[in-house]
Amino acid sequence: MSAVAERVPQKTRRKGAGLGLVAWLLGILFFLPIAWMALTSFHSEADAATNPPSFAASLTLDGYREFFGTGGGASPWPALTNSVVASVASTLLVLLLALPAAYALSIRPVKKWTDVLFFFLSTKMLPAVAGLLPIYLFAKNAGMLDNIWLLVILYTAMNLPIAVWMMQSFLAEVPVAVIEAARVDGARLPTVLARVVAPIALPGIAATALICFIFSWNELLFARVLTGVVAETAPVFLTGFITSQGLFLAKVCAASLVISLPVLAAGFAAQDKLVQGLSLGAVK
Amino acid sequence: MTATTTAPMATSPVRAMRQPSGRLRAWATRAPLLPALVFMIAVTQLPFVATVVISFFDWNALYPKARHFTGVDNYRQVLTDTDLRHSVWTTVLLTVAVVLVSLALGLILALLLDRRFRGRGVVRTLLIAPFLVVPVAAALLWKHVLYNPEYGLFNGLLHYVGGPQPDWISNTPLLAVEASLVWQWTPFMMLILLAGLQSRDQQQIEAARVDGASDWQIFVHLTLPHLRRYLELGALLGSIYIVQNFDAVFTITSGGLGTANLPYTVYQSFYQAHENGLASAAGVLVVIGSIIIATFALRVVSSLFREEVSRA
Repeated sequence: MSAVAERVPQKTRRKGAGLGLVAWLLGILFFLPIAWMALTSFHSEADAATNPPSFAASLTLDGYREFFGTGGGASPWPALTNSVVASVASTLLVLLLALPAAYALSIRPVKKWTDVLFFFLSTKMLPAVAGLLPIYLFAKNAGMLDNIWLLVILYTAMNLPIAVWMMQSFLAEVPVAVIEAARVDGARLPTVLARVVAPIALPGIAATALICFIFSWNELLFARVLTGVVAETAPVFLTGFITSQGLFLAKVCAASLVISLPVLAAGFAAQDKLVQGLSLGAVK
Repeated sequence: MTATTTAPMATSPVRAMRQPSGRLRAWATRAPLLPALVFMIAVTQLPFVATVVISFFDWNALYPKARHFTGVDNYRQVLTDTDLRHSVWTTVLLTVAVVLVSLALGLILALLLDRRFRGRGVVRTLLIAPFLVVPVAAALLWKHVLYNPEYGLFNGLLHYVGGPQPDWISNTPLLAVEASLVWQWTPFMMLILLAGLQSRDQQQIEAARVDGASDWQIFVHLTLPHLRRYLELGALLGSIYIVQNFDAVFTITSGGLGTANLPYTVYQSFYQAHENGLASAAGVLVVIGSIIIATFALRVVSSLFREEVSRA
């Protein structure tokens, strides 16, 4: 690349700098709503709701205090705890199911493994809303409404196809020859998996886990329909802010930011593999 | 629904050699796959079968005794009911608008980010951020913090230039929902297209440049054809996700002002109106729409996948 860059004439380089500036401006424009949300969350409610906006108002943690319930509102902790349980447990369950499946689709493939892979993908394209009613009726009869473990099961099914696809592609990157060599040397299967496969596939598995975590954390429709007061998740808690309640802008911003923080962290950590997960493994 | 694609059988020689011969060993190979497969079918396919069955019944949950088989009546009702027909139309408009606009913006951003400039990594991170805000939180942000006619940021900024102070959501409800979704989905398109741009054959581009091709010519004759499949993939995956959108419609307008799309209507007709049969029929229609998109999506994924496998 550097050899190419040297050959680029002066005029092109100046144009390149201009386009870099455009990219910066667009990046800032897209980020602006989030920056404004963060700033507003540190303003007092009176300063948050002014027109024109008060950019330089004094900063306070009142919005966060309000959100965390010290101001008398409902505490978000049960909802946050539920979200952590639903996301973490379903992600672990996904890994537990997807890892062996991906193994049987890559390292030691079953016959017609591509067909199986595409079956998993096609289930992801079935809109979740179409199965909502039977699941609701089933949960109601089985006494599982408002139970966080029902969401764990549903989120596992929701993320399993993505996980199988991603992990299949990561495990396929492990060279067969290396595995063969280890086995010829007398290593047993568990040893091969731990010593040869795991080190190569681990970053990919971590990225898969982060992406499954994001999708579970974000989910609203099922959580909204299938949970009530006990198993309410963080997005459902946020729906309490849909109707305006007087001066509450700083609180809304604090709540939205706190609840988005795990996703922002997971997303930035998995940045490089994000595309692969979102495109269901089609793009690397 | 099963995979309709003719998938490639790209078993490498080494892998083919390792196929076990006996029936027992074949099951041993299959065994790791079975838990995931059974789980998937039980949790995602069976409920859908139930939905299809329920869609042929006249069944209001408030009058369970009056449940009876009605054939295709629910479908007739869904397709003739003006509200429901409107929600089909809204779903199409919402999906097409959001996908096309975010694809176009995503392409511009991907082309800009494909160049080297100072702070490229930072700009990429700034651009991804909207996609990583929890959808409900993003919708709340647009509804209260940006759109609010009295203290929202948009009208606040308009105030500085002495502009009008519109009530965004009431004036243009569907556009308001679409704008918030475009903001969230543009980063997704950008990431896919950026991956496409970076998988271009650099030598070919360099050769074209040496032969005196202009930037524009390279873009039209080399980049765009290469990007075609990535554009298709972005459009199809975006459609699959946005057809199912519930969060933004639910949060920003609560399905009011003519913004109720099909998922919201399905939710409403059984959660609020308790019309199980009608909700199921509407659900089946959403699925039929998705299958049409999905068939094309699977084809594109399959062609990219085949390329990956043959490259490996």
